[in-house]
Amino acid sequence: MEKRNLKGWLYLLPAILFLGIFMVYPLVDVFIYSMEEGYNSASQTSYGTGLYNYSYVLHDTYFLQAVKNTFILVIITVPLSTGLALLISMGLSSIKPLRNLYQTIYFLPYVTNTLAVGLVFMILFKKTAYTDGMVNLLIRAFGGSSVDFIDGPYWAKMFVLCFYTIWIVLPFKILILTSALASVNPVYYNAAKVDGTSKGRIFRKITLPMISPMIFYLVITGFIGAFKAYSDAVALFGTNLNAAGMNTIVGYVYDMLYGNSGGYPSYASAAAIILFAIVMTITCINLLVSRKHVHY
Amino acid sequence: MKVVLQNLTKKFPSRNKKNPQDVIAVNDFTFEIPDGKLIGLLGPSGCGKSTTLNLISGLQSPTSGKIYFGEDDVTDLPPEHRGVGLVFQSYALYPHLTVRQNIMFPLQNLKGAQKLSKEQMAEKVLKAAGLVQIDELLDRKPNELSGGQQQRVAIARALVKTPRVLLLDEPLSNLDARLRLQTREEIRRIQKETRLTTIFVTHDQEEAMSISDMIVVMKDGVIQQIGKPQDVYDDPVNLFVAKFLGTPPINVFDGRVVRGHLMIGNDDILTVTNIPDQEVYVAIRPEGFILQDDGPLCCNLSNVEVMGRDVSIVSTHEKSLNVTIRSIIDADNPVDRESDTVRFAVKPHKVFLFGKTSEERIHFEV
Repeated sequence: MEKRNLKGWLYLLPAILFLGIFMVYPLVDVFIYSMEEGYNSASQTSYGTGLYNYSYVLHDTYFLQAVKNTFILVIITVPLSTGLALLISMGLSSIKPLRNLYQTIYFLPYVTNTLAVGLVFMILFKKTAYTDGMVNLLIRAFGGSSVDFIDGPYWAKMFVLCFYTIWIVLPFKILILTSALASVNPVYYNAAKVDGTSKGRIFRKITLPMISPMIFYLVITGFIGAFKAYSDAVALFGTNLNAAGMNTIVGYVYDMLYGNSGGYPSYASAAAIILFAIVMTITCINLLVSRKHVHY
Repeated sequence: MKVVLQNLTKKFPSRNKKNPQDVIAVNDFTFEIPDGKLIGLLGPSGCGKSTTLNLISGLQSPTSGKIYFGEDDVTDLPPEHRGVGLVFQSYALYPHLTVRQNIMFPLQNLKGAQKLSKEQMAEKVLKAAGLVQIDELLDRKPNELSGGQQQRVAIARALVKTPRVLLLDEPLSNLDARLRLQTREEIRRIQKETRLTTIFVTHDQEEAMSISDMIVVMKDGVIQQIGKPQDVYDDPVNLFVAKFLGTPPINVFDGRVVRGHLMIGNDDILTVTNIPDQEVYVAIRPEGFILQDDGPLCCNLSNVEVMGRDVSIVSTHEKSLNVTIRSIIDADNPVDRESDTVRFAVKPHKVFLFGKTSEERIHFEV
């Protein structure tokens, strides 16, 4: 028995080692920094310990803006992208001709670089001295007045950011959901058909429960991914996100460490810990909700 | 409700590019299933029996031909308007719903005038569950049930909306031998109680023979013979049917008719009149042998298996097309196990002759 235990631990050792060094230790470290007032990483000194950093961060308008942005982003993009992905994958699984072609097309954004996609979005949305951008041309063609999506009003910028995020995460979700749909045994659909089940009811009562584990997986990872959004905002609005008013929580942490206003590891740590707490809470809520609605 | 199939044909396009001929799964079926009977569709795998069932259920539509339920032409009706209950081979119980919800599912689909109140639904579910004796299992999930219990739930779900026709696709193939015996009696009982016209598909001839009022023997999409199990067994129309029915299987020999004598090798086993001289297949049921010291059929004895009531004599003959000849003899007959040979006489009504090329039955008189 002893020997078997030893062997088990030995197998686990590499994973434990790496997780310990690169996940647990930094987490603990960040937590300690967040409690140390004015920590200086060069001299490894601080003025004292306490909750001062948290209080500073929570009163920082830039941070509050970042939290607001992040929450709006999460609340809009996660349900919308998952719903859209479900719709598209339903469509993909019900067509026969050229299905592989469509699948490839829908998957392309996934293998495209974030910044490259950002560039294309600039062309679509950015107003320059020479052009208003493609989208504005379209709006004008339909008689609307042009909007500056990149440097303009808040809602326009938020719209572009959400649009961009959904566009980026959609392919992966479609891929997962198409395979989930394909794995539902067609005999259930036949059984439902013989019993005269309507299409809507088949979807609600059979398809959805059968693929619910996959949807749940996408929602959880979607929440976590959206809370950690940063590069998307940079790709669209440049590195000075605070000035653009489009910063995210991760962006705030980065700025506090390395940005123009940087050099404050204590504030960055406190913000990171707050983000950690938010993600943890949301994930726990997700798990609780899923217990009732996910069928394995 | 009687079910009538009229020139029913189903072709599938060939996937083989070199041989683009259509695959004919069901070829020109015409037969009538009388009201309230239990019918077994019987044949080896790939003979089109499941396709026939799918055509009747409406899950597939025929290439040509008609299907009638009673006087109604249902050929172009979708499955939900035919009023069929279908039990799938894999049961297809919805895994995320409880047994009660599974059985209630078809009732919740009803719309308009047929719509039921919650109390009516609950009552019907209880009635269906009672019929298949699963009352205590209603709140379990399908994966908490044994195969036999799942089977009952599937039958209850098919019965709950009182279908006009009940269809069962290989209902016993996922059960172990013991449960199979029990379940087939159960199916028979349920069928008798509900008096539903029931069609079931199987490749197991014993299963089909034991509970059917009528069996339909199929091969390669073509009906070979239709009739009461005993009639088909006693009077097969061709070699395929003779070989397909019966355990142990029928013994087939190369034989010939010479001037009114039926010969297997050099053994003159029967005198037959009214047949011209020709080569024939001689098929003898295992119970068609009589142990006789001076019997005309001389075989090399390989083994004697005692089964209590009967003994099974395993022997060989150079003209036998089976590897061994199996004959079942009443245990009262003494068998000399030490002997190298064993001699049989045959019961004429257990002997069938078939044409060498056509494999069709040749009737003879003794």
